[in-house]
Amino acid sequence: MKKNKLWGAGATMLLAIALVVSGCGAKNDNNGGGSASNDSASNGSAGGSEESGIIKDIKDRGKLIVGVKYDTKLFGLKDTASGNVEGFDIDISKAIAKKIFGDESKIELKEVTSKTRIQMLDNGDIDLIVATMTITDERKKQVDFSDVYFKAGQSLLVKQGSPITGLKDITKDSKVLGVKGATSIKNIEDKVPGLRVMQFENYQEAFAALKAGKGDTLTTDNAILYGMAKQDPGYTVVGGTFTDEPYGIAAKKGNTDLVALVNETLKEMKDSGEYATIYEKWIGEKPPTE
Amino acid sequence: MLDFSVLTNNIDDYLEGFKYTIYASLLGLAGSFVLGTLIAVFRISPFAALRGFGTAYVEFFRNIPLLLVVFLFYYGLSSFGLQLDGFTSGTLGLMVYTSSFIAEAIRAGIQSVPAGQMEAARSTGLTYVQAMRFIILPQAVRIVIPPISNQFLNLVKNSSILGVFAGLDLMYFGDQVNLDTYDAVSTYLFVGMFYLILTFPLAYATRVLERRMANAA
Repeated sequence: MKKNKLWGAGATMLLAIALVVSGCGAKNDNNGGGSASNDSASNGSAGGSEESGIIKDIKDRGKLIVGVKYDTKLFGLKDTASGNVEGFDIDISKAIAKKIFGDESKIELKEVTSKTRIQMLDNGDIDLIVATMTITDERKKQVDFSDVYFKAGQSLLVKQGSPITGLKDITKDSKVLGVKGATSIKNIEDKVPGLRVMQFENYQEAFAALKAGKGDTLTTDNAILYGMAKQDPGYTVVGGTFTDEPYGIAAKKGNTDLVALVNETLKEMKDSGEYATIYEKWIGEKPPTE
Repeated sequence: MLDFSVLTNNIDDYLEGFKYTIYASLLGLAGSFVLGTLIAVFRISPFAALRGFGTAYVEFFRNIPLLLVVFLFYYGLSSFGLQLDGFTSGTLGLMVYTSSFIAEAIRAGIQSVPAGQMEAARSTGLTYVQAMRFIILPQAVRIVIPPISNQFLNLVKNSSILGVFAGLDLMYFGDQVNLDTYDAVSTYLFVGMFYLILTFPLAYATRVLERRMANAA
């Protein structure tokens, strides 16, 4: 009995210490965030009547949380050496953070995959998805999309010298590799009746499978394939694009204020030429004219 | 919470995956049992070389993650020119991985029969093989059934590894259903239900077998 009481007291003390320590930690983090974030946060709450909902929540929090890919060359790739995530999607995300806070570093990036991103958005883990996400009618029922920020199209990646030169060479018996959750799977299965795409967890696994000879071709958006071809010159993109897949930035259903803010940011970036600069930096060519 | 339309609308996908999970499980069960028995015989063999091989095999395969074993079959062998698809790699991986546990269960079962039994049998004039066949193994079988049935249940559940290698199993198709419906809870509960359809009778059958063996003794 006595022993039990002692244990209880000990546990309570530990719990109390843990609470105090973690409380302090959080406080310090806030201070570390700089006075700018505190200012903007307090401004946000003071002018509460003008700004409502999600944007106010983001300002109060002091940072924008964006779901991006960590495994996709050119768009969102984690540099294993530095630990930084870099790419076209990241630069666009930073521009949105700059629009909200006037400071592009007020941002937190979280890794998403095609499989997890909508669930994470619904759970409130992230404010926006900027992760090579194609706008589709089906997805429009799940999320609210911004204007198109990148015009992609589906293409094929093959080993140099492959007999496959385009979609016309794909038959239902071809071994085609893809990634779970991507629209590209459905597209090619519709275009080649009877074809069954072998689907992997992410692009790196699918590319590893292609390299290991598990398939004849890997299909997804051209921009992603160009990134892979850059990584390994033994592979090449063939046959041009056979779909029109506009990438959009997704917000949780109903967050129209946030979508409007994103659209405004995109427009400003295009007008100022910042968009073209970022586009060329990552994709290697000028953005197509509208 | 549980939306039955997820099941009814995607029943083709579920059944397709279920089919491959059954194939992988049956092949895995048979293969791992045969392989496991063989390795167990090596482990207690009078020849040092066989014992050494058996020990190395068991300690290697049971001490690395199943995912890596399947990796070896899927990616490892392709660098030597042997191309196995996801289903074959996954099933072979399951066999080899599970056989190392089964070998240990069988070895432990045989060695748990007191050494005096073998000595007594040999002194009546039985050969080593006869003594094994008529005296030692009948006693060992009763001891090894529970651990082996555990390994069989694990094998059925572990077959979900195929999904990672485009192995067409229940988990692979489950992922696709989830992406079509965005209803993870219902999707994977139904996936679980299909696994139960396999594992529950398996668990029940081994319990019946155990009881029979106990009565036979």
